[in-house]
Amino acid sequence: MNDNTHPTRSWLDSRLPFLRPFCQHMTRFPMPPVNLLWTLGACLMVAFGLMVVSGLFLSLHYQPDLAQAFDSVEAMERRVPSGWLIRSIHTGGVSLLFAALYLHVGRGLWYGSYKAPRELVWLSGLFLMLLFMTTAFAGYVLPWGQMSYWGATVITHAVEAIPGIGHGLLVYLLGEDTLGGVALHRFFILHFTLGFIIAAVVGLHILCLHGTGSSNPTLDSPHPDRTTRPFAPFYVVKDCLAVCVFLALFAGLIFFLPGLLGKLDNIIPANPLKTPTDITPEWYLAPWFAMLRAVPSRLGGLIAAATSLLVLFILPWLDQSPRHNATYRPLARMGLGLFFIAFIILILAGMNRATPLWVWLSRGAMLVWFLTFLGLLPLAAYRERQASDASTQGDAP
Amino acid sequence: MTRNHDASTAHPSLDEESLLPRPTRRTVLTAGSVALGGAGACTLAAPFLDSLRRTRASSAASTQEETVLDISVQDLEPGAHKIVVWQGMPVAIQRRTPEMIRALEDPALLAQLLDPQSRIRQQPREAENAHRSLRPDYGVYVTICTHLGCVPDYQNITSLPASGGFFCPCHGSQFDGAGRVLRNMPAPYNLPVPPLHFVDDHTIRLGESLLSPHYGMNSIQQL
Repeated sequence: MNDNTHPTRSWLDSRLPFLRPFCQHMTRFPMPPVNLLWTLGACLMVAFGLMVVSGLFLSLHYQPDLAQAFDSVEAMERRVPSGWLIRSIHTGGVSLLFAALYLHVGRGLWYGSYKAPRELVWLSGLFLMLLFMTTAFAGYVLPWGQMSYWGATVITHAVEAIPGIGHGLLVYLLGEDTLGGVALHRFFILHFTLGFIIAAVVGLHILCLHGTGSSNPTLDSPHPDRTTRPFAPFYVVKDCLAVCVFLALFAGLIFFLPGLLGKLDNIIPANPLKTPTDITPEWYLAPWFAMLRAVPSRLGGLIAAATSLLVLFILPWLDQSPRHNATYRPLARMGLGLFFIAFIILILAGMNRATPLWVWLSRGAMLVWFLTFLGLLPLAAYRERQASDASTQGDAP
Repeated sequence: MTRNHDASTAHPSLDEESLLPRPTRRTVLTAGSVALGGAGACTLAAPFLDSLRRTRASSAASTQEETVLDISVQDLEPGAHKIVVWQGMPVAIQRRTPEMIRALEDPALLAQLLDPQSRIRQQPREAENAHRSLRPDYGVYVTICTHLGCVPDYQNITSLPASGGFFCPCHGSQFDGAGRVLRNMPAPYNLPVPPLHFVDDHTIRLGESLLSPHYGMNSIQQL
């Protein structure tokens, strides 16, 4: 443990003086007794790292050109040595990344991790989620298969619904009147650049977290546990265990179920004259696709989808209850439970055909979504604050 | 004898095992995990490094097309030459006049060459002759300088009997009309002769040698 006497270490310390305080902060960072759900962040870091590395190697072979994009992706699958594996890591990894991402956000909702003083952790995290969604969408366009082309067409045309400037904005963003080579090149550069922007925002997200510390899930329980343990080795080991399980799932998906998440329509080259009979988005974007479909007006759908994310951004101010953990907040527990079910219904609705059943289920799920965040959680917060005011007044005399 | 016995009992723990600190359970677990993790990282790196290898050709037919190239030399007058591209390499084809063929055997020229007898394997066996080609009236050479890979220009070297010749613009290496490098030049070897044969009197097929079927650009000393 005599790091300070090791010559290499002292050589580095005198030239990079911030390194030692930084390492000490990272290793001694006091962790409350958090449960396994707090390891999802580490899994996300690993998944993101794999996406960046596999993406870089794929970009060595990809041609962002209308005539060559599809063939270059096919060449990766068939002719580049081990290319099929790298592409599987990238296309399968995105699903696992989003699964971990949504669980991570869900954990933040359930345990009240968005509340003061962690508003910036929550906001930077939501911003990251939007960046990931944009990156995934841009990336899905790149293979230039039927699903790429028509998915991009449908989503970019949602921009057209903005009154007044819609069409002009669409043409400006696409760089030409229709979705073509200029737009494909832009999607590639956007996808590539966002990877590095995400890396920077991840740094900001962790910086915000380390400023305030992790939230403590036991504080609202009848037996609060205020002991802390240093991050290294206790939580490093715990994170490593979770990452091992996560990587095992990853490997299982890539090697044993490679066709589970791919869509057959996307191994048909893009044909601007023939829309596939069944346009389904990737599951991680399906909830918002279902919202666009569930609202009869085009502009209304766009507003509903945007607002559904906006309410998450203002959540720290909608729910100002002193209690964090939904396990010990009956009303919030019910609301968030319903919200999780609604989210799953929206995923399924977005991936299924727009039959009246799925449209009405999406509408119901949207109602639950907005009622939970705009109604139930503020109501729970109001009642809990009244209760805590009453108890402090009761204690005062 | 008693002294010896006493000495060994005085230091009962002084054996090999106790000199090394006993590894704790934690040390063993840490080392094991790090080793396993490192092995995992190396395994993960394998497909990424693998993907940097040469991309497989799209089909066997296209490979054949790329390796074999038929060149018509009907349009070449004696003394003229042309440059063709075979497998991405420049290949000079010259048609020689009788004077040029004679010049290739001139002792004044041979005395200045590094490897006048073509002993170093830069050509198929059938081209290891005075004119360093299959037929005396045609010379075919891959014009990639054996020094650092620049492309020499086809030009006569004025100080020598006029056999044709090559001059490399990068570092000034000079070759005679049969692609043989002169002494004291940066280039260490003669210009390679590609595998070839004459399909008919006026057609040269590059990439296929009838007399040395296993000869190729991989079998020479240096490209």
